[in-house]
Amino acid sequence: MVTIFSAFDNVNDSYPKDNPDLKLPSGFKAVTIADNLGGARHLAVTKQGNIYIKLARVKDGKGIIMLQDANHDGKIENQKSFGNYGGTGIYVKDNYLYASSNEEVYRYALNEKGEVISPNQPERIIKGLLNRRQHESKSITLDNDGNIYVNIGAFSNACQEKDRTKGSVGMRPCPVLDSAGGIWQFKANQANQSYGSGVRYATGLRNVVGLDWNTTNNQLFVMQHGRDQLFQLYPEFYDAKQSAELPAEAMYALNKGDNCGWPYIYYDPIQKKKILAPEYGGDGKKTGGEDAIDPIVTFPAHLGPNALLFYTGAMFPERYKNGAFVAFHGSWNRAPEKQKGYFIAFVPFKDGKPNGEWEIFADNFAGVEEVQSPSQAQHRPCGLAQAPDGSLLVSDDVKGTIYKITYKGK
Amino acid sequence: MKKYFAIAFLITCSSICLWAQKPTKQMLQKGKIVYEQYCLACHQVDGSGVPHLNPPLVKTSFVLGDKKSLIGIVLNGLSDVEVDGETYSNPMPGFNFLTDEEVANVLTYVRNSFTNKATAVTIAEVKSSR
Repeated sequence: MVTIFSAFDNVNDSYPKDNPDLKLPSGFKAVTIADNLGGARHLAVTKQGNIYIKLARVKDGKGIIMLQDANHDGKIENQKSFGNYGGTGIYVKDNYLYASSNEEVYRYALNEKGEVISPNQPERIIKGLLNRRQHESKSITLDNDGNIYVNIGAFSNACQEKDRTKGSVGMRPCPVLDSAGGIWQFKANQANQSYGSGVRYATGLRNVVGLDWNTTNNQLFVMQHGRDQLFQLYPEFYDAKQSAELPAEAMYALNKGDNCGWPYIYYDPIQKKKILAPEYGGDGKKTGGEDAIDPIVTFPAHLGPNALLFYTGAMFPERYKNGAFVAFHGSWNRAPEKQKGYFIAFVPFKDGKPNGEWEIFADNFAGVEEVQSPSQAQHRPCGLAQAPDGSLLVSDDVKGTIYKITYKGK
Repeated sequence: MKKYFAIAFLITCSSICLWAQKPTKQMLQKGKIVYEQYCLACHQVDGSGVPHLNPPLVKTSFVLGDKKSLIGIVLNGLSDVEVDGETYSNPMPGFNFLTDEEVANVLTYVRNSFTNKATAVTIAEVKSSR
Protein backbone atom coordinates (compact mmCIF):
# COMPACT_ATOMS: atom_id res chain seq x y z
CA MET A 1 0.00 0.00 0.00
CA VAL A 2 1.37 3.38 -0.99
CA THR A 3 0.87 6.51 1.09
CA ILE A 4 -2.76 6.91 1.93
CA PHE A 5 -2.97 10.67 1.83
CA SER A 6 -0.58 13.44 0.97
CA ALA A 7 1.26 15.10 3.83
CA PHE A 8 -0.96 16.88 6.29
CA ASP A 9 -2.03 20.14 4.69
CA ASN A 10 -2.27 23.45 6.45
CA VAL A 11 -5.43 23.76 8.45
CA ASN A 12 -5.93 27.37 9.32
CA ASP A 13 -7.13 28.12 12.82
CA SER A 14 -8.91 31.28 11.71
CA TYR A 15 -11.75 29.26 10.10
CA PRO A 16 -14.68 29.19 10.22
CA LYS A 17 -15.01 32.93 9.95
CA ASP A 18 -18.05 35.10 9.38
CA ASN A 19 -18.60 36.12 5.81
CA PRO A 20 -20.53 39.38 5.83
CA ASP A 21 -19.92 39.91 2.10
CA LEU A 22 -22.63 37.54 0.90
CA LYS A 23 -26.10 39.03 0.66
CA LEU A 24 -28.67 36.56 2.01
CA PRO A 25 -32.37 36.59 2.94
CA SER A 26 -33.08 37.56 6.53
CA GLY A 27 -32.34 34.84 9.06
CA PHE A 28 -29.55 33.29 6.96
CA LYS A 29 -25.87 33.57 7.75
CA ALA A 30 -22.72 32.66 5.83
CA VAL A 31 -19.33 31.61 7.11
CA THR A 32 -16.17 30.74 5.22
CA ILE A 33 -15.00 27.31 6.30
CA ALA A 34 -11.94 27.04 4.04
CA ASP A 35 -10.10 29.18 1.54
CA ASN A 36 -7.41 29.16 -1.16
CA LEU A 37 -8.00 25.51 -2.00
CA GLY A 38 -7.55 25.93 -5.76
CA GLY A 39 -10.20 25.83 -8.50
CA ALA A 40 -12.96 24.26 -6.38
CA ARG A 41 -15.55 22.98 -8.86
CA HIS A 42 -18.21 20.64 -7.40
CA LEU A 43 -18.35 19.33 -3.86
CA ALA A 44 -20.11 16.52 -2.01
CA VAL A 45 -20.74 15.67 1.64
CA THR A 46 -20.93 12.29 3.37
CA LYS A 47 -23.57 11.56 6.01
CA GLN A 48 -20.81 11.97 8.63
CA GLY A 49 -20.21 15.51 7.35
CA ASN A 50 -16.92 15.00 5.50
CA ILE A 51 -16.66 17.39 2.57
CA TYR A 52 -15.03 16.24 -0.67
CA ILE A 53 -14.08 18.92 -3.20
CA LYS A 54 -13.09 18.37 -6.83
CA LEU A 55 -10.43 20.70 -8.19
CA ALA A 56 -10.42 21.75 -11.84
CA ARG A 57 -6.68 21.13 -12.00
CA VAL A 58 -4.43 19.25 -9.64
CA LYS A 59 -2.78 21.27 -6.91
CA ASP A 60 0.47 19.79 -5.64
CA GLY A 61 -0.40 16.76 -7.73
CA LYS A 62 -3.79 16.16 -6.08
CA GLY A 63 -7.26 16.82 -7.49
CA ILE A 64 -9.61 15.97 -4.60
CA ILE A 65 -9.59 17.61 -1.18
CA MET A 66 -11.31 16.24 1.92
CA LEU A 67 -12.25 18.53 4.78
CA GLN A 68 -13.13 16.80 8.01
CA ASP A 69 -14.68 18.14 11.19
CA ALA A 70 -14.60 14.88 13.15
CA ASN A 71 -15.73 16.31 16.50
CA HIS A 72 -18.45 18.50 14.92
CA ASP A 73 -17.29 21.71 16.55
CA GLY A 74 -17.62 23.61 13.27
CA LYS A 75 -13.85 23.66 12.75
CA ILE A 76 -12.10 21.64 10.09
CA GLU A 77 -9.31 19.79 11.83
CA ASN A 78 -8.33 17.50 8.98
CA GLN A 79 -7.54 18.48 5.41
CA LYS A 80 -6.29 15.75 3.12
CA SER A 81 -5.87 15.48 -0.62
CA PHE A 82 -5.63 12.67 -3.13
CA GLY A 83 -6.55 11.76 -6.73
CA ASN A 84 -4.02 12.66 -9.43
CA TYR A 85 -6.51 14.23 -11.87
CA GLY A 86 -8.38 17.50 -12.31
CA GLY A 87 -12.07 17.64 -13.15
CA THR A 88 -15.47 18.89 -12.03
CA GLY A 89 -17.84 16.10 -10.98
CA ILE A 90 -18.01 14.69 -7.46
CA TYR A 91 -20.88 12.93 -5.69
CA VAL A 92 -21.50 10.77 -2.65
CA LYS A 93 -24.00 7.92 -2.73
CA ASP A 94 -24.41 4.79 -0.59
CA ASN A 95 -20.93 4.64 0.92
CA TYR A 96 -19.13 5.48 -2.30
CA LEU A 97 -17.47 8.66 -3.45
CA TYR A 98 -17.72 9.23 -7.22
CA ALA A 99 -15.42 11.70 -8.98
CA SER A 100 -14.73 12.57 -12.60
CA SER A 101 -11.83 13.75 -14.68
CA ASN A 102 -12.68 15.28 -18.05
CA GLU A 103 -12.69 11.79 -19.65
CA GLU A 104 -13.35 9.27 -16.89
CA VAL A 105 -15.38 8.58 -13.76
CA TYR A 106 -13.92 6.82 -10.71
CA ARG A 107 -15.40 5.60 -7.47
CA TYR A 108 -13.91 5.13 -4.03
CA ALA A 109 -15.37 2.99 -1.24
CA LEU A 110 -15.92 4.88 2.03
CA ASN A 111 -15.43 3.46 5.52
CA GLU A 112 -17.88 3.86 8.42
CA LYS A 113 -16.38 7.30 9.14
CA GLY A 114 -17.03 8.46 5.59
CA GLU A 115 -13.34 8.34 4.72
CA VAL A 116 -11.98 7.03 1.44
CA ILE A 117 -10.46 3.61 2.14
CA SER A 118 -8.00 3.40 -0.78
CA PRO A 119 -7.39 6.89 -2.15
CA ASN A 120 -4.76 5.66 -4.59
CA GLN A 121 -6.78 2.74 -5.92
CA PRO A 122 -10.11 4.00 -7.16
CA GLU A 123 -12.29 1.79 -9.35
CA ARG A 124 -12.59 3.27 -12.82
CA ILE A 125 -16.25 2.86 -13.77
CA ILE A 126 -16.36 4.96 -16.96
CA LYS A 127 -13.57 5.68 -19.44
CA GLY A 128 -12.94 7.17 -22.86
CA LEU A 129 -15.46 10.01 -22.80
CA LEU A 130 -14.90 12.72 -25.36
CA ASN A 131 -12.77 15.67 -24.26
CA ARG A 132 -12.13 18.18 -27.00
CA ARG A 133 -11.38 20.99 -24.60
CA GLN A 134 -14.60 22.95 -25.09
CA HIS A 135 -17.36 22.08 -22.55
CA GLU A 136 -15.10 19.30 -21.36
CA SER A 137 -16.21 18.96 -17.74
CA LYS A 138 -18.06 15.76 -16.86
CA SER A 139 -20.63 16.52 -14.19
CA ILE A 140 -22.26 13.58 -12.45
CA THR A 141 -25.26 12.63 -10.34
CA LEU A 142 -26.88 9.34 -9.30
CA ASP A 143 -30.43 8.09 -8.98
CA ASN A 144 -31.75 5.66 -6.36
CA ASP A 145 -31.61 2.67 -8.71
CA GLY A 146 -27.86 2.27 -9.16
CA ASN A 147 -27.45 4.49 -12.22
CA ILE A 148 -25.01 7.32 -12.72
CA TYR A 149 -25.71 10.21 -15.11
CA VAL A 150 -22.82 11.94 -16.84
CA ASN A 151 -22.91 15.14 -18.85
CA ILE A 152 -20.90 15.03 -22.06
CA GLY A 153 -20.87 18.62 -23.30
CA ALA A 154 -20.83 19.51 -26.99
CA PHE A 155 -17.37 20.49 -28.23
CA SER A 156 -18.98 23.32 -30.16
CA ASN A 157 -21.07 26.45 -29.76
CA ALA A 158 -23.76 25.79 -32.37
CA CYS A 159 -22.47 22.87 -34.46
CA GLN A 160 -21.24 25.06 -37.30
CA GLU A 161 -18.94 23.50 -39.89
CA LYS A 162 -16.33 25.87 -38.48
CA ASP A 163 -16.99 26.50 -34.81
CA ARG A 164 -17.77 30.10 -33.82
CA THR A 165 -16.94 31.33 -37.31
CA LYS A 166 -19.05 33.99 -38.98
CA GLY A 167 -20.74 32.72 -42.14
CA SER A 168 -20.21 29.03 -41.39
CA VAL A 169 -23.45 27.02 -41.60
CA GLY A 170 -24.78 24.47 -39.11
CA MET A 171 -24.17 20.80 -39.87
CA ARG A 172 -27.28 18.68 -40.38
CA PRO A 173 -27.48 16.21 -38.80
CA CYS A 174 -25.15 17.59 -36.18
CA PRO A 175 -22.43 14.89 -35.81
CA VAL A 176 -21.50 16.11 -32.33
CA LEU A 177 -24.70 14.55 -30.96
CA ASP A 178 -23.48 10.97 -31.51
CA SER A 179 -20.97 11.20 -28.70
CA ALA A 180 -21.64 14.49 -26.89
CA GLY A 181 -24.27 17.20 -26.42
CA GLY A 182 -26.30 15.12 -23.97
CA ILE A 183 -26.55 13.13 -20.77
CA TRP A 184 -25.38 9.52 -20.73
CA GLN A 185 -26.53 6.91 -18.21
CA PHE A 186 -24.21 4.19 -16.89
CA LYS A 187 -24.27 1.61 -14.11
CA ALA A 188 -22.76 2.96 -10.91
CA ASN A 189 -21.11 -0.35 -9.99
CA GLN A 190 -19.53 -1.62 -13.21
CA ALA A 191 -15.90 -1.11 -14.15
CA ASN A 192 -14.60 0.35 -17.40
CA GLN A 193 -17.85 1.23 -19.12
CA SER A 194 -17.78 3.55 -22.12
CA TYR A 195 -20.12 4.66 -24.91
CA GLY A 196 -20.96 1.09 -25.92
CA SER A 197 -22.22 0.13 -22.49
CA GLY A 198 -23.94 3.42 -21.65
CA VAL A 199 -27.28 4.84 -22.77
CA ARG A 200 -27.71 8.27 -24.30
CA TYR A 201 -30.36 9.29 -21.78
CA ALA A 202 -31.11 12.73 -23.24
CA THR A 203 -29.76 14.64 -26.23
CA GLY A 204 -29.78 18.15 -27.67
CA LEU A 205 -28.14 19.64 -24.58
CA ARG A 206 -25.26 21.94 -25.49
CA ASN A 207 -23.54 21.77 -22.13
CA VAL A 208 -24.75 20.87 -18.67
CA VAL A 209 -22.60 21.53 -15.64
CA GLY A 210 -25.32 21.55 -12.96
CA LEU A 211 -27.57 18.50 -12.66
CA ASP A 212 -29.38 16.71 -9.83
CA TRP A 213 -31.72 13.81 -9.28
CA ASN A 214 -35.02 14.98 -7.80
CA THR A 215 -36.12 12.35 -5.29
CA THR A 216 -39.64 13.83 -4.93
CA ASN A 217 -40.67 12.65 -8.38
CA ASN A 218 -37.68 10.45 -9.26
CA GLN A 219 -36.54 12.55 -12.18
CA LEU A 220 -33.31 13.97 -13.57
CA PHE A 221 -33.13 17.77 -13.78
CA VAL A 222 -30.39 19.63 -15.63
CA MET A 223 -29.31 23.21 -16.24
CA GLN A 224 -28.17 23.93 -19.79
CA HIS A 225 -25.59 26.55 -20.72
CA GLY A 226 -27.20 28.29 -23.69
CA ARG A 227 -25.38 29.12 -26.90
CA ASP A 228 -23.15 32.16 -27.32
CA GLN A 229 -22.51 34.96 -29.78
CA LEU A 230 -25.74 35.56 -31.71
CA PHE A 231 -24.69 39.14 -32.46
CA GLN A 232 -21.09 38.38 -33.36
CA LEU A 233 -22.12 35.62 -35.77
CA TYR A 234 -25.37 37.12 -37.09
CA PRO A 235 -25.33 40.94 -36.78
CA GLU A 236 -28.01 41.05 -39.51
CA PHE A 237 -30.53 39.47 -37.11
CA TYR A 238 -29.37 40.46 -33.62
CA ASP A 239 -27.90 43.52 -31.97
CA ALA A 240 -25.49 43.40 -29.04
CA LYS A 241 -28.26 43.93 -26.50
CA GLN A 242 -30.44 41.10 -27.86
CA SER A 243 -27.38 38.88 -27.97
CA ALA A 244 -26.81 39.58 -24.27
CA GLU A 245 -30.41 38.57 -23.44
CA LEU A 246 -30.69 35.49 -25.68
CA PRO A 247 -31.10 32.61 -25.28
CA ALA A 248 -32.44 31.61 -21.84
CA GLU A 249 -30.33 29.60 -19.46
CA ALA A 250 -32.78 26.74 -19.16
CA MET A 251 -33.72 24.11 -16.60
CA TYR A 252 -35.05 20.87 -18.10
CA ALA A 253 -36.88 18.03 -16.38
CA LEU A 254 -35.73 14.99 -18.35
CA ASN A 255 -37.24 11.66 -19.19
CA LYS A 256 -35.27 8.94 -20.94
CA GLY A 257 -35.06 9.69 -24.65
CA ASP A 258 -35.78 13.42 -24.39
CA ASN A 259 -34.34 15.89 -26.87
CA CYS A 260 -33.80 19.50 -25.80
CA GLY A 261 -33.16 20.80 -29.30
CA TRP A 262 -29.54 21.98 -29.47
CA PRO A 263 -28.10 22.96 -31.95
CA TYR A 264 -31.15 23.40 -34.17
CA ILE A 265 -33.08 25.67 -31.81
CA TYR A 266 -32.60 27.86 -28.77
CA TYR A 267 -35.17 28.99 -26.23
CA ASP A 268 -36.11 32.68 -26.33
CA PRO A 269 -37.32 33.71 -22.85
CA ILE A 270 -38.91 36.92 -24.14
CA GLN A 271 -40.99 35.39 -26.97
CA LYS A 272 -41.31 32.22 -24.82
CA LYS A 273 -40.67 30.08 -27.89
CA LYS A 274 -38.20 27.63 -29.35
CA ILE A 275 -36.50 29.67 -32.06
CA LEU A 276 -34.74 28.19 -35.08
CA ALA A 277 -31.00 28.78 -34.73
CA PRO A 278 -29.58 31.14 -37.37
CA GLU A 279 -27.03 28.47 -38.33
CA TYR A 280 -30.04 26.43 -39.51
CA GLY A 281 -31.92 29.15 -41.38
CA GLY A 282 -33.39 31.05 -38.45
CA ASP A 283 -33.75 34.81 -38.28
CA GLY A 284 -34.60 35.34 -34.62
CA LYS A 285 -38.34 34.89 -35.30
CA LYS A 286 -38.87 31.56 -37.08
CA THR A 287 -39.72 28.82 -34.62
CA GLY A 288 -38.56 25.20 -34.71
CA GLY A 289 -37.81 22.16 -32.60
CA GLU A 290 -41.21 20.45 -32.72
CA ASP A 291 -39.49 17.29 -31.45
CA ALA A 292 -37.79 19.11 -28.58
CA ILE A 293 -39.13 19.55 -25.06
CA ASP A 294 -39.64 22.96 -23.46
CA PRO A 295 -37.62 24.11 -20.47
CA ILE A 296 -39.33 23.97 -17.11
CA VAL A 297 -37.69 27.14 -15.73
CA THR A 298 -35.88 29.87 -17.66
CA PHE A 299 -33.26 32.30 -16.39
CA PRO A 300 -31.54 35.28 -18.05
CA ALA A 301 -28.99 34.50 -20.74
CA HIS A 302 -25.35 33.54 -20.29
CA LEU A 303 -25.35 33.43 -16.48
CA GLY A 304 -23.52 30.08 -16.49
CA PRO A 305 -25.51 27.69 -14.27
CA ASN A 306 -22.78 25.46 -12.82
CA ALA A 307 -24.62 23.63 -10.04
CA LEU A 308 -28.14 22.43 -9.28
CA LEU A 309 -29.28 21.11 -5.91
CA PHE A 310 -32.71 20.05 -4.68
CA TYR A 311 -32.87 20.95 -1.03
CA THR A 312 -34.16 18.16 1.19
CA GLY A 313 -32.76 19.37 4.51
CA ALA A 314 -34.62 20.31 7.67
CA MET A 315 -32.71 23.48 8.62
CA PHE A 316 -34.14 26.00 6.13
CA PRO A 317 -37.72 27.32 6.36
CA GLU A 318 -40.49 25.18 4.90
CA ARG A 319 -40.73 27.03 1.57
CA TYR A 320 -37.19 25.90 0.66
CA LYS A 321 -38.00 22.22 1.15
CA ASN A 322 -37.62 20.27 -2.10
CA GLY A 323 -36.92 23.50 -3.99
CA ALA A 324 -34.00 24.01 -6.37
CA PHE A 325 -30.86 26.01 -5.71
CA VAL A 326 -28.88 26.98 -8.81
CA ALA A 327 -25.33 28.35 -8.61
CA PHE A 328 -24.63 30.79 -11.42
CA HIS A 329 -20.94 31.03 -12.19
CA GLY A 330 -21.47 34.42 -13.86
CA SER A 331 -21.55 35.52 -17.47
CA TRP A 332 -18.95 36.56 -20.01
CA ASN A 333 -21.03 36.57 -23.16
CA ARG A 334 -23.08 39.64 -22.22
CA ALA A 335 -20.25 42.08 -23.11
CA PRO A 336 -20.37 44.99 -23.95
CA GLU A 337 -23.35 44.99 -21.55
CA LYS A 338 -22.23 44.55 -17.95
CA GLN A 339 -21.95 40.96 -16.77
CA LYS A 340 -24.55 39.17 -14.63
CA GLY A 341 -24.86 36.12 -12.45
CA TYR A 342 -22.27 35.37 -9.76
CA PHE A 343 -25.14 34.43 -7.43
CA ILE A 344 -27.19 31.51 -6.19
CA ALA A 345 -30.83 31.43 -7.25
CA PHE A 346 -33.71 29.58 -5.65
CA VAL A 347 -36.81 28.15 -7.33
CA PRO A 348 -39.65 26.92 -5.08
CA PHE A 349 -40.94 23.45 -6.07
CA LYS A 350 -44.00 21.43 -5.18
CA ASP A 351 -44.46 17.76 -6.13
CA GLY A 352 -41.41 17.90 -8.39
CA LYS A 353 -42.65 20.94 -10.33
CA PRO A 354 -41.71 24.62 -10.09
CA ASN A 355 -44.14 26.45 -7.82
CA GLY A 356 -43.37 30.15 -8.17
CA GLU A 357 -40.84 32.51 -9.75
CA TRP A 358 -37.10 32.13 -9.28
CA GLU A 359 -35.37 34.56 -6.94
CA ILE A 360 -31.81 35.46 -5.99
CA PHE A 361 -30.91 33.61 -2.77
CA ALA A 362 -27.23 34.44 -2.20
CA ASP A 363 -25.59 37.34 -3.99
CA ASN A 364 -22.35 39.32 -4.18
CA PHE A 365 -19.88 36.48 -4.64
CA ALA A 366 -18.13 38.78 -7.12
CA GLY A 367 -17.43 41.28 -4.35
CA VAL A 368 -17.64 44.26 -6.69
CA GLU A 369 -20.56 46.55 -7.48
CA GLU A 370 -20.49 45.85 -11.21
CA VAL A 371 -18.71 43.13 -13.13
CA GLN A 372 -17.57 44.40 -16.52
CA SER A 373 -15.44 41.36 -17.26
CA PRO A 374 -15.37 38.01 -15.43
CA SER A 375 -11.79 38.37 -14.20
CA GLN A 376 -12.98 41.22 -11.98
CA ALA A 377 -15.08 38.78 -9.94
CA GLN A 378 -13.31 37.84 -6.72
CA HIS A 379 -15.33 34.64 -6.32
CA ARG A 380 -17.58 32.64 -8.65
CA PRO A 381 -20.00 30.08 -7.19
CA CYS A 382 -19.55 26.72 -8.93
CA GLY A 383 -20.68 23.87 -6.67
CA LEU A 384 -23.49 23.20 -4.18
CA ALA A 385 -23.95 20.51 -1.56
CA GLN A 386 -26.22 19.93 1.38
CA ALA A 387 -24.61 19.12 4.72
CA PRO A 388 -26.22 16.58 7.11
CA ASP A 389 -27.44 19.41 9.35
CA GLY A 390 -29.27 20.97 6.39
CA SER A 391 -26.84 23.83 5.83
CA LEU A 392 -25.88 24.68 2.25
CA LEU A 393 -22.26 24.45 1.15
CA VAL A 394 -20.96 26.46 -1.80
CA SER A 395 -17.62 26.16 -3.60
CA ASP A 396 -15.87 28.95 -5.51
CA ASP A 397 -13.45 28.15 -8.30
CA VAL A 398 -11.60 31.48 -8.38
CA LYS A 399 -9.93 31.38 -4.98
CA GLY A 400 -11.17 28.04 -3.73
CA THR A 401 -13.35 29.43 -0.98
CA ILE A 402 -15.88 27.11 0.67
CA TYR A 403 -18.93 28.82 2.15
CA LYS A 404 -21.44 27.39 4.60
CA ILE A 405 -24.88 29.00 4.65
CA THR A 406 -27.06 28.34 7.68
CA TYR A 407 -30.48 29.46 8.86
CA LYS A 408 -30.73 30.80 12.37
CA GLY A 409 -34.28 32.10 12.30
CA LYS A 410 -35.55 35.59 12.91
CA MET B 1 25.43 57.22 -59.10
CA LYS B 2 23.09 54.27 -59.07
CA LYS B 3 24.64 53.24 -55.75
CA TYR B 4 23.88 56.63 -54.15
CA PHE B 5 20.30 56.42 -55.30
CA ALA B 6 20.01 53.02 -53.76
CA ILE B 7 21.40 54.22 -50.43
CA ALA B 8 19.18 57.29 -50.46
CA PHE B 9 16.24 55.05 -51.21
CA LEU B 10 17.11 52.74 -48.34
CA ILE B 11 17.45 55.63 -45.90
CA THR B 12 14.12 57.10 -46.96
CA CYS B 13 12.46 53.73 -46.81
CA SER B 14 13.74 52.85 -43.37
CA SER B 15 12.67 56.20 -41.97
CA ILE B 16 9.25 55.72 -43.54
CA CYS B 17 9.12 52.23 -42.08
CA LEU B 18 10.11 53.47 -38.63
CA TRP B 19 7.57 56.23 -38.87
CA ALA B 20 5.01 53.68 -39.95
CA GLN B 21 5.68 51.61 -36.82
CA LYS B 22 4.35 54.37 -34.61
CA PRO B 23 0.64 53.91 -33.85
CA THR B 24 -1.38 56.86 -35.07
CA LYS B 25 -4.48 58.21 -33.39
CA GLN B 26 -6.50 57.30 -36.44
CA MET B 27 -5.31 53.68 -36.43
CA LEU B 28 -6.20 53.37 -32.74
CA GLN B 29 -9.66 54.84 -33.26
CA LYS B 30 -10.41 52.61 -36.24
CA GLY B 31 -8.91 49.61 -34.45
CA LYS B 32 -11.17 50.17 -31.45
CA ILE B 33 -14.23 49.92 -33.68
CA VAL B 34 -13.03 46.59 -35.11
CA TYR B 35 -12.21 45.36 -31.58
CA GLU B 36 -15.70 46.19 -30.34
CA GLN B 37 -17.37 44.42 -33.25
CA TYR B 38 -15.29 41.23 -33.40
CA CYS B 39 -13.07 40.80 -30.36
CA LEU B 40 -14.70 42.33 -27.30
CA ALA B 41 -17.34 39.63 -26.75
CA CYS B 42 -14.64 37.08 -25.92
CA HIS B 43 -11.61 39.14 -24.89
CA GLN B 44 -13.76 41.60 -22.90
CA VAL B 45 -13.88 45.35 -22.58
CA ASP B 46 -10.62 45.49 -20.62
CA GLY B 47 -8.78 42.83 -22.64
CA SER B 48 -8.72 40.56 -19.59
CA GLY B 49 -10.39 37.65 -21.42
CA VAL B 50 -12.36 34.98 -19.55
CA PRO B 51 -10.57 32.71 -17.08
CA HIS B 52 -10.05 29.23 -18.57
CA LEU B 53 -12.10 30.08 -21.71
CA ASN B 54 -10.71 33.05 -23.65
CA PRO B 55 -7.11 34.23 -23.24
CA PRO B 56 -6.26 37.70 -21.94
CA LEU B 57 -4.61 40.30 -24.17
CA VAL B 58 -2.96 42.18 -21.32
CA LYS B 59 0.82 42.16 -21.62
CA THR B 60 1.03 38.62 -22.92
CA SER B 61 3.88 37.38 -25.07
CA PHE B 62 1.35 36.60 -27.82
CA VAL B 63 0.27 40.23 -28.08
CA LEU B 64 3.58 41.98 -27.48
CA GLY B 65 5.82 39.43 -29.22
CA ASP B 66 6.31 38.41 -32.84
CA LYS B 67 3.91 40.39 -35.02
CA LYS B 68 3.87 37.79 -37.78
CA SER B 69 2.47 35.11 -35.50
CA LEU B 70 0.03 37.59 -33.97
CA ILE B 71 -1.29 38.48 -37.43
CA GLY B 72 -1.49 34.77 -38.18
CA ILE B 73 -3.72 34.20 -35.13
CA VAL B 74 -6.20 36.85 -36.27
CA LEU B 75 -6.25 35.54 -39.85
CA ASN B 76 -6.33 31.80 -39.12
CA GLY B 77 -7.70 31.47 -35.59
CA LEU B 78 -6.25 29.51 -32.72
CA SER B 79 -7.15 26.65 -30.41
CA ASP B 80 -5.53 24.68 -27.59
CA VAL B 81 -3.51 27.65 -26.48
CA GLU B 82 -1.50 28.03 -23.33
CA VAL B 83 -0.77 31.58 -22.21
CA ASP B 84 1.51 32.16 -19.23
CA GLY B 85 0.91 28.60 -17.98
CA GLU B 86 -2.89 28.81 -18.18
CA THR B 87 -5.03 26.96 -20.72
CA TYR B 88 -8.08 28.33 -22.54
CA SER B 89 -10.71 26.06 -23.99
CA ASN B 90 -12.75 28.16 -26.43
CA PRO B 91 -11.41 28.02 -29.99
CA MET B 92 -10.86 31.33 -31.78
CA PRO B 93 -12.15 31.46 -35.35
CA GLY B 94 -10.10 32.96 -38.16
CA PHE B 95 -10.96 36.52 -39.19
CA ASN B 96 -9.49 36.39 -42.70
CA PHE B 97 -12.52 38.28 -44.02
CA LEU B 98 -11.20 41.45 -42.38
CA THR B 99 -9.27 43.79 -44.70
CA ASP B 100 -5.53 44.25 -44.29
CA GLU B 101 -6.21 47.69 -42.90
CA GLU B 102 -8.74 46.39 -40.35
CA VAL B 103 -6.32 43.72 -39.13
CA ALA B 104 -3.50 46.27 -38.89
CA ASN B 105 -5.68 48.72 -37.01
CA VAL B 106 -7.17 46.26 -34.55
CA LEU B 107 -3.79 44.75 -33.71
CA THR B 108 -2.27 48.20 -33.33
CA TYR B 109 -5.15 49.04 -31.00
CA VAL B 110 -4.69 45.85 -28.96
CA ARG B 111 -0.92 46.36 -28.75
CA ASN B 112 -1.53 49.86 -27.39
CA SER B 113 -4.48 49.31 -25.06
CA PHE B 114 -5.08 47.52 -21.75
CA THR B 115 -1.70 48.86 -20.49
CA ASN B 116 0.09 47.39 -23.54
CA LYS B 117 2.62 49.54 -25.37
CA ALA B 118 4.19 48.35 -28.61
CA THR B 119 4.83 49.29 -32.22
CA ALA B 120 2.03 49.46 -34.73
CA VAL B 121 1.14 46.64 -37.08
CA THR B 122 1.25 47.93 -40.64
CA ILE B 123 -0.93 47.10 -43.61
CA ALA B 124 2.19 45.84 -45.40
CA GLU B 125 2.94 43.44 -42.56
CA VAL B 126 -0.58 42.04 -42.74
CA LYS B 127 -0.41 41.76 -46.52
CA SER B 128 2.82 39.80 -46.41
CA SER B 129 1.31 37.42 -43.84
CA ARG B 130 -1.71 36.48 -45.94
